[in-house]
Amino acid sequence: MDLEHRKDSSFKLKLDQSEIVSLYEDMILGRYFEDMCAQMYYRGKMFGFVHLYTGQEAISSGVIKALEEKDYVCSTYRDHVHALSKGVSSREVMAELFGKETGCCRGRGGSMHIFSKKHNFLGGFAFIGEGIPIATGAAFQSIYRKQVLQESQTLSVTVCFFGDGTTNNGQFFECLNMAALWKLPIIFVVENNQWAIGMAHPRSTSVPEIHMKAASFGMPGKEVDGMDVLAVREVTEQAIRRARAGEGPTLIEALTYRFRGHSLADPDELRSSQEKEAWTARDPIKRLYNYIIEKDITDHNTLEAINQKVKVIIEDSVDFATSSPEPSVKDLHKFLFL
Amino acid sequence: MNKTFLFEALHAATDEEMGRDPKVLVIGEDVGHYGGSYKVTKDLHTKYGDLRILDTPIAENSFTGLAIGAAMTGLKPIIEGMNMSFLLLAFNQIANNVGMLRYTSGGNFHLPLVIRGPGGIGRQLGPEHSQRLEAYFQGIPGLRIVACSTPYNAKGLLKSAIRSENPVIFFEHVLLYNLQEEIPSEEYTLPLNKAEVVKKGEDITILTYSRMRYNVLQAVDTLVDQNYDPEIIDLISLKPLDMETIATSIRKTHKVIIVEECMRTGGIGAELTAQIIEQLFDQLDAPVIRLSSQDIPTPYNGTLEQATIVQPNQIVNAVKQIC
Repeated sequence: MDLEHRKDSSFKLKLDQSEIVSLYEDMILGRYFEDMCAQMYYRGKMFGFVHLYTGQEAISSGVIKALEEKDYVCSTYRDHVHALSKGVSSREVMAELFGKETGCCRGRGGSMHIFSKKHNFLGGFAFIGEGIPIATGAAFQSIYRKQVLQESQTLSVTVCFFGDGTTNNGQFFECLNMAALWKLPIIFVVENNQWAIGMAHPRSTSVPEIHMKAASFGMPGKEVDGMDVLAVREVTEQAIRRARAGEGPTLIEALTYRFRGHSLADPDELRSSQEKEAWTARDPIKRLYNYIIEKDITDHNTLEAINQKVKVIIEDSVDFATSSPEPSVKDLHKFLFL
Repeated sequence: MNKTFLFEALHAATDEEMGRDPKVLVIGEDVGHYGGSYKVTKDLHTKYGDLRILDTPIAENSFTGLAIGAAMTGLKPIIEGMNMSFLLLAFNQIANNVGMLRYTSGGNFHLPLVIRGPGGIGRQLGPEHSQRLEAYFQGIPGLRIVACSTPYNAKGLLKSAIRSENPVIFFEHVLLYNLQEEIPSEEYTLPLNKAEVVKKGEDITILTYSRMRYNVLQAVDTLVDQNYDPEIIDLISLKPLDMETIATSIRKTHKVIIVEECMRTGGIGAELTAQIIEQLFDQLDAPVIRLSSQDIPTPYNGTLEQATIVQPNQIVNAVKQIC
């Protein structure tokens, strides 16, 4: 898809070349980080359930890189890459996955519970749907700060990520209702990767077009190609403008695919090879790479240099995690109460 | 001193704390225009506005989650459970998030929030509205559980709970809202972790909380007439238990009866018994007696309901049995 040929011509994406290249870098960071996680998991360096984001990078980068520092992000159990896009260092995330004291949650949370207060990264929620009201509460807080505390004139915006499976859960509907009712500055981003573990999306929902459900709550619902970072960025910028202006929430359905099983423990036997091939042919990183070259935004050498730079960052984060101390058992009860 | 109903004491505590700290707000069903099901927030919306007394849709798990998100980002919400039983719908949010989130996040976020509302067994409210949730909540790490029982302690404890930087589950009791007593007109707070010695005595320690305090007091009237001298302790803090105050009493009396409205299996009394036996076994002259509600759903029928919960004559008999 070309920028000039996008639907919804009411808004044109304006990104300078360096911004497009930095989106590429963020996507590569997400890809290489998760590749390294797979390696480390199979080498016994990380444990439990590890859900990788591979294939969905255009959504994390396309949405989160459009936010400001003061804005909030709330994620799910597939949260590593969202945290990286929000600015949590790969060292801190990797160390958390290794269960180390230098991890962003001091090794207490693990893969599905990445939190970082200083990055306004709200988690890291492992149960389906439970993060949605928490994000809604953060968005409520923005309104409260402006209207009651009169601390700021501009609203911070909260982005809440979740998957297609979650949209059959009551908390999705309950929170869309409250967000629309109170015109909260929140963007609900459904990463529709077509499968909830082994449940194909159309087998679980009566109306598979998730974006259409927004209309029931009087909020805009946008469908976007989740394999196209620029398309995601464009629809996100519209939603941010609406939220920041106090006009209320938006539901974005980004169509995507995970290139790996649900978690590293999933044998992934139900998805057909034809389906997988069709989606991997639409790899969002290759697509942006080709777009950058075609549009002469920068050259192969520059992109390769970025790849190399990111590889070094990831290797450094593994070294950091490996050499970091384990949490001390004497601190077993620390953090329970303030 | 002002003669004050318990619901008015809770109202005053909320009002004073909202006036003191603009980050304090109330979230729940019918807390605003309706004034709360037991009038604890009556007319506060006219003083503080609809954002600070937030009437929510009927969506317990989601408005609980909303309060958690607000607390994580710097506000100090009070969640009112219209009936605490409804918060079973929010159990995931209370257990996974309210209780565990500070720990799970390695101290990144903390949750200064209060979950309060009417609990316990009322008069023929039927099984779903007559629950004893403290048994369910006590196993959740990271929660403090407090039960108020008088207008005086309701006010002082709620103010402390609101000021706490940690989450507090605050139990009121449906049958106690219309209790009335003189309370100080000047401001006061009470510690969340201290049991209250209701009556000093020498013969036996009776441990109780919430509305069972009154069944115990009724029984003790009879017992005192018959020359028994029991000590009554209101636990106030159901988690953690104030074992210091409890131990001081048991070292004096060497006998214990626990009187609770909670279910017998896995209830507060069960935990209390375990801790007493672990810590004070050598001090006991008799086995700990536990008087709890029956392990059944609370029946609607009035006679059956009375038979489900502990009656004063059972307490009298238990004391006579071991003294």
